[in-house]
Order: sequence, then structure tokens, then C-alpha cells
Amino acid sequence: MSAEAAGEKPNQSPWGGGVSPFQVSWGKMYMWFFLVSDAFTFSSLLIAYATIRHRYAEIWPSADHVFVHFPFVQAHVPLAYVALMTFILIMSSVTMVMAVDAGHRRNNKAVAFWLFWTIIGGFTFLGSQAWEWYHFIHGSAEGALMYEDRSIAQMEGDFTLILEDGTTVPGNQAGEFFGSIEDDPPSIKDIKGDPKVIEMAGFRARSNGMSTEELIENGYLYEGDAAKKLIMANTIIQGANLKGNQYGKVTFGNFFFFITGFHGFHVFSGVIINIIIYLQVLNGTYVKRGHYEQVEKSGLYWHFVDLVWVFVFTFFYLV
Amino acid sequence: MSGDHDEELPGYYTGDIHNQYVPEHRNSKAIRIIWVTFTILLVATIVEVGISFTPIPRDILNAIFIILTILKAYYIVAIFMHLKNEKLGMGASIVIPFLFILYFVIMMIIEGNYLNIFHGYGF
Repeated sequence: MSAEAAGEKPNQSPWGGGVSPFQVSWGKMYMWFFLVSDAFTFSSLLIAYATIRHRYAEIWPSADHVFVHFPFVQAHVPLAYVALMTFILIMSSVTMVMAVDAGHRRNNKAVAFWLFWTIIGGFTFLGSQAWEWYHFIHGSAEGALMYEDRSIAQMEGDFTLILEDGTTVPGNQAGEFFGSIEDDPPSIKDIKGDPKVIEMAGFRARSNGMSTEELIENGYLYEGDAAKKLIMANTIIQGANLKGNQYGKVTFGNFFFFITGFHGFHVFSGVIINIIIYLQVLNGTYVKRGHYEQVEKSGLYWHFVDLVWVFVFTFFYLV
Repeated sequence: MSGDHDEELPGYYTGDIHNQYVPEHRNSKAIRIIWVTFTILLVATIVEVGISFTPIPRDILNAIFIILTILKAYYIVAIFMHLKNEKLGMGASIVIPFLFILYFVIMMIIEGNYLNIFHGYGF
């Protein structure tokens, strides 16, 4: 649609050239399309996770049994810390959009103020994610039984372990007591259930969807004298790390670390970018430039990071 | 610097309709929209975490999670990222590829279930 008639102003059509058809600067357009491509990457990771998870649907660990810890709190509070992390990231998104809004008002001090809190929010989220990783790797006090073929049996219920020399260990301390996996497998002589729940003993185990009875049937557990003896168990494992996974399938840990790690890497690079922009704001670069569009572009990246977290949070912890 | 803001333009043509100066009367409407959106996101997150502990059947629960997550995504993209203020064509170029992703997601959930059914056959 070129200008044909004489006297007609050229380039009236937005696609006529010389102007941005969507009336955005090329920098902002570039950031948007980069975010679309990055979203494809995260989508493929989450889709891979969903496929494997549904393949092993019965034995996949349930997130509200795995992520139950909270700093400085001894009790089990499922998902509370992750909800707090989500809140922190959403808050940092709010402070970021406040910074962009202050940029529209050309208020340099306000931009600096809001950007500062966005950076703090980002670092807090990263620290929280690191804490979460540490606890996931470290595992919980009770641990789980790991067999030679690396299948896992979760111990359930109140029970006591009685060792060969007569010492007793409460069941929920089993993993903590037996220490690291490098030690020689301890000798586990008798498993005695909670005396109040005497019938089939308080000791239950769950592995690969098999109940205690099926485990006995298949030779993983041995029953005798109202107490269950444990045979063939290789060791007691804590946490999800390079040695094995206390919570179930090893792939659960693999996906968790890769996807949250990849996301955390994005958060980290976003924080670095925000720090650079913050220093520029303090320096007065944008006052000289006359507009705060760079803050807006950095804001787009930051909001994208928040958006990905919303999806990761839903698919890992909730679904 | 404090004087003629109304005349001030960037030194080059950015072609961006969204970098025009907004006068310093605190633009309370924009700020209010931001806090309202934040409240919506917060409430949606609390509802999601809250209902995950109720005995509602898993399928319905998952559907609710996905609906709430798409709602949160809409608010983050449209309002925090200001996509609502952009031209429709630009918004469409960004959102429409995601319909294809949605198709991909649905397909792979179905395929994942297929792998599960044939679990015992050595797949």
C-alpha cells in the first residue's frame, strides 16, 4: 500500500515503513519476543515433567508430604514455605511495576526506591530457594529404606527399631540415627510396632504401590512374632541427592532440581540486570536520557520470571 | 528539570506510545490498579494453597488449579507487563503461539497416560 496519489502523505499505513507498526520501540519488542522463546523453553521442561509424572502416577511422591519444612519451625507445615516464596516473588513484581510507574512520572528517587526493594525481594527468593534445596537434599529425620535395586520403601506409623545390642531407636528418627549412606549397613534385628496398635504392628511400609502385606508376600519384609523383621534392606536413605531419593523415584529429584534451578538462574540474572539498572538510576543516566524505558524492559523480564514461578509452583507443588 | 516537563521529549524517536510523560499528581488510578491486581494475585494463591488440602477429588482440584493459574497469568501479563495497554496486534503475536503450547500440553498429558497404561509391558 504505497502512496500513489500525489499530495498524499507517505507512510500513513502502520505497515508502510519508517514507523513501528505496533508503536513500540524495537528494544521492547525484542524483549517481548525473547520472553516468548524463553516461555517455550520452560513449557517444554514442564511438559516433560508432566509426561514422566503421569507415567509413574501411582508412585510419584506427593508434594505436600515432601515439602513440609519451614525455617525455625519444628512442626510439619506442608507447602507453607513455598507459599511464602511465591508471595515474596509476587511482592517483588509489585515493587517492580511501581518502579516502572514512577518512571512514567519521571520521579528518579521513587524509581530508585522501588527498584531497591525489587532487588531485595529477588535475593530473598534466591536465598529461600537455596534453603529449600538444602532441606530437600538433606532429607527428613525418618529417612526411607532403600533396597539394592534402588527401590524405596517409606516407613509409616509409629514404631521402634530394636537393634542387636538392645538399643531402641524411635521410628521417626531412623534415618537420622543411622547416619550417612557411606557407613556399613547397620544390623536391624527387630522392628516392633507401637504397643498401642498391636495387631499387625504399627510398622507399615509402602513401596512402589505395594502395601505391607504385598511387601511381605514378595519377600521384602519378613513377618514373625507380631514383629516384622527387615531383610534385604540395603540401607536407610535420607534426602534426595546423588546417592538416591528418599521420597520415591529418582526422576522426581532430577526434574525438581533442574526446573527450579533453571528458574533460579533466571531470577539470578534478573537480579543482576536490576542491580545494573539501579546503579544507572542512581547515576542519573535516565534523567539525562529523558525516559525510563530501560526500567520497563527490565521489568518485563522480571515479571516473566514471576510468571514462570507461578506455573512451576502450580505444576510441582499443587497438581 | 522541574520546569517544562510538558515539552520534554526523548532525544530520538522511539516510536513508543507508552513513554509519554505522566504529570506528577501521583497518578493514583494506575497505583490503585496495581494494588488491586496484587490483591487478586494474593487471594488466588491463598485459595490455591488452601484448597489443595481439602478432600475435593484430585481431577477437579487440578482443573481449579489450572484455571486459577491462567487467571494469575492473565493479570501478570496484561497489567503488570502492560500488555493490555499495547496494540492488539502485538498482544496477539505474543498470546496466540501459546494456544499451540496449550495444545502440546494437552497432548502430552494424554500421551503420558498412555505410557502409564502400558507400564507393565516394558515401556
